[in-house]
Amino acid sequence: MTLELFRIDDRLIHGQVVVGWGQPLDLKFIVLVDDAVAASDWEQELYRMGVPPEMDVYFHDVGTAAERLPTYRSDPRAGLLLTGDIATMQRLAETVAPPLDAVNVGGIHSRPGRVQRLRYVFLSIEEAAELRALAARGVKVTAQDLPGARCVPLEDLLNGTDL
Amino acid sequence: MSSETASAAPRAIVAGHGDFATGLISAVEQISGRGAMLLPVAVKQLGVEDIEALLRKEMIAAGVRVIFTDLQAGSCTMASRKILRGMDDVVLVAGVNLPTLLDFVFADTIPPVVAARHAAERGRASIVAVGGAPK
Repeated sequence: MTLELFRIDDRLIHGQVVVGWGQPLDLKFIVLVDDAVAASDWEQELYRMGVPPEMDVYFHDVGTAAERLPTYRSDPRAGLLLTGDIATMQRLAETVAPPLDAVNVGGIHSRPGRVQRLRYVFLSIEEAAELRALAARGVKVTAQDLPGARCVPLEDLLNGTDL
Repeated sequence: MSSETASAAPRAIVAGHGDFATGLISAVEQISGRGAMLLPVAVKQLGVEDIEALLRKEMIAAGVRVIFTDLQAGSCTMASRKILRGMDDVVLVAGVNLPTLLDFVFADTIPPVVAARHAAERGRASIVAVGGAPK
């Protein structure tokens, strides 16, 4: 066991993460990397209330997450690392060693300036470039909202071929 | 829809994954004729900040102070909790089921926030498992 999934999801901790991935992977902890949440006690309490009591949640800004990542990677329990946007995952990927193997795009929702690429992924031009930059670092970038769904390769995601 | 429900003002919002809200409200309507007391909110394709903004807008527009959501860990529940932080007179019931909503719509002579708390207890108590006992 280790960190099973590095996921980008703008809803952060929600049903798909806690139940959809949490149950089949038997997740015991979530590492939520978000500078704003890491600085807000009440938001941390909010997200803690959303997970079952047997699941731990750790909140970090990017710098602290990078420092602690080796510990989480060697944790005998199954865990998931979560960011709310691509830029945060990219900052993490630039910092950590050994590098990230794979990143899962799990949900980036509609907003002005974004174009729909999948049912659950909308990207701006800048965000698409950020994903390409991640891939250029050797990270395998795919999109998949739930374990039973098709794992969409980055090129198909960016081309919107699965729409 | 019955003539009674056609004129009933919404007393609560129901929000959840997929078509959860409209499905549950259609069941309430079929059983009680009081589905119009509940306002469905669907949040497909929205991020959590937009869900919060939508719920807040619908609450203000309808003048309701009760939110029912489907799942404790769901994004509608998370967004509703953020709304609650600035509004002490709002009640959130997470994990809503059909018995909860039926109790709520029939308790229309008491304030909605009181009715919601009572309905939550009724809904919790309405879940039973029958059969399958180990031999």
